[in-house]
Amino acid sequence: MDIVFFRLTLVLYLTATAGFLFFIIKKNKKIGFWSHRILLAGFALNSIYLAVGYYQLGAMPVLTFKTSLSFFSWTIIAAYIIFQVRFRLTVLGSFVVPFSAFLMIISSTIPISSITVRPLFKGFWLPVHIATAFLGDGIFAIAFIAGVMYLIQEHQIKTKRLGAFYSRLPSLNSLDSINYHAINYGFLLLTIGMITGSIVAQGAHGSYWRWDPKEVWSLITWLCYAALLHQRMAVGWRGRRSAIMSIGCFFVLIFTFIGVNFLMEGYHSFKSLEGN
Amino acid sequence: MVTIVDIGMNHKTAPVELRELVAFGGHNIDEVMNSVRSIKDIRESIVLSTCNRVEILFTTDKEKEAKGSVIEFLSHISGIKSEELRPALYIYDNEEAIRHIFRVGASLDSMIVGEPQILGQVKEAYRTAVDHKSSSVILNRLMHRTFSLAKRIRTETDISGSAVSVSFAAVELGKKIFGDLQGKKVVLIGAGEMAELAATYLLNNRIARILVANRTFTRAVELADRFHGKAISFQEIGDQLLEVDIVITSTASPEPIISLNQVRKTMRGRKNRPLFFIDIAVPRNVESQVNGIANVFVYDIDDLSGIVESNINKRKGEAVKAERMVAEEVIKFTEWLKTLDVVPTIVDLKDKCENIRRIELKKTLSSLGDLTPEQRKAVENMTTSIAKKILNDPIVFLRRKKDRASRNLYLDIARKLFNLDSDSDDIKPK
Repeated sequence: MDIVFFRLTLVLYLTATAGFLFFIIKKNKKIGFWSHRILLAGFALNSIYLAVGYYQLGAMPVLTFKTSLSFFSWTIIAAYIIFQVRFRLTVLGSFVVPFSAFLMIISSTIPISSITVRPLFKGFWLPVHIATAFLGDGIFAIAFIAGVMYLIQEHQIKTKRLGAFYSRLPSLNSLDSINYHAINYGFLLLTIGMITGSIVAQGAHGSYWRWDPKEVWSLITWLCYAALLHQRMAVGWRGRRSAIMSIGCFFVLIFTFIGVNFLMEGYHSFKSLEGN
Repeated sequence: MVTIVDIGMNHKTAPVELRELVAFGGHNIDEVMNSVRSIKDIRESIVLSTCNRVEILFTTDKEKEAKGSVIEFLSHISGIKSEELRPALYIYDNEEAIRHIFRVGASLDSMIVGEPQILGQVKEAYRTAVDHKSSSVILNRLMHRTFSLAKRIRTETDISGSAVSVSFAAVELGKKIFGDLQGKKVVLIGAGEMAELAATYLLNNRIARILVANRTFTRAVELADRFHGKAISFQEIGDQLLEVDIVITSTASPEPIISLNQVRKTMRGRKNRPLFFIDIAVPRNVESQVNGIANVFVYDIDDLSGIVESNINKRKGEAVKAERMVAEEVIKFTEWLKTLDVVPTIVDLKDKCENIRRIELKKTLSSLGDLTPEQRKAVENMTTSIAKKILNDPIVFLRRKKDRASRNLYLDIARKLFNLDSDSDDIKPK
């Protein structure tokens, strides 16, 4: 049953991706409108899929790389939908949705592995920890994409070579402002994620902080974004520098998200999570 | 046979002095409409007059006479002898006239291809014609096709997409940098036609206010008044750079008046809020290295002209697509026109049949004696359906005949076969 939901979700996301790409190429508003609708339908199905999974498993579906990726992709779409309400920039979807669909495809190619859900994964704080941390990641992904779009647009205007993207991408100000808001909210959620994480750790392992690689890298990620926010607010960084730095921070985040779980031993690694 | 004719002149065929004389702007449009309508051989007519063109579009059965009268009318209204007027005019018939009016509406025939005002002007001309009841079946349809085609071309091609004037390109860039221009502050340093035009466009985008600086302060005050802004002295420019968002420079100063160091310092004070220099002056008023500073964007006149040129080329590319769409629409319209030729004959056929049916029905019903209403109805229905079914095939056949030569032949045969023109012949003594 749930595999049907997953496949349908994937089909809708891919359709929306095609639509969003067609939209940016053809600049056809109607196509953008419908792509967004299709995306919303896909998102609804994706949410059902995740809810069913949560109900069956009794834990957040982030214990394997496969499900983590798919959950990450859900949070990116969720963040995009929220930003779309606020900024009304359908063209953002032309970048975000393909990125998210790409993650879903990777997720779909990974075979399902059996997992044993330990009692540790149940409880109140762990879902909060996971939800906030992941949603924070999703919003940082938006910041990253807005940063990339900013650099493309800024490059065109600075070098005075107004190519195909010039008319299609939004203004520098909009992109910078999306970048800024995304980093703000992402940082807030990441902070909550880390605090709730340490509460969970206290319950499970008896200490708030154990220098686990995931903890260390999360702290590094947090510091990177903290530095970026500081530069923005206190020094008045904006535009290009801020965009570059948010891209850099996102790479650190991706390493924390994936690299640490694969390369380093610790209680966050998928090996340990899967319990095999 | 009805012919659609368009007689007119535009920026390509006539110099502005001549267009001014012919343009109806100075005359009362109602009078013009009435005079055109009263021309003897004209059936339907629409008159379009803008600063770049004058067009008289009409339908007529007597092409030659009507054309002569229209040229005579143009000559009369402009006071130019028709022999002198003739070389500046173009005369299009049927397909060519249809194509021309489609191209005018879609702004393919405009001085600046893709400029949107012309469609509004064509619509206005059509409205006037409708008010004067001078437009009917053919021109109504032609105009509606023109409007929908123009709209389709505008949405499906990029023909009106990008700025084709320096000032407009600058405003467009401003929008790409700041997003909304509403509430932005602008300083105008020096005066000049292009700078003032850019300022006007910016004002239309609801910027907060314009400051004006000039070497001669009185000139600055004068300009500031015009833009509802504020005049400042040259010495204040440095301080104002902290506040404003867009700087338009166009002084005749031989040396740059905005230096790299000055802007660098300013940006620190501005907390890196973006600053956009539009440097229309030659030689340049802003040091070229200023563009290298983060969040500062400098466009000089060459940059802007370059954009305009590439945009014009883009529009030309898009115009090719638009021309194809026009060609398609011309074919569709002429197809429709052709079916129009068949209509009178079809109507005559139907009338004749209906007449025979009624007469015969009357005779039969009176000889049948008392019938119930149901029976009467049944007999009537039968006659109607017989008449319809007999006519069905000939009508379909006539409608299907597309090329003119054979269609006329068959129309002729049909009229003779069914003796459609006999009544009038009988009346006239031979």
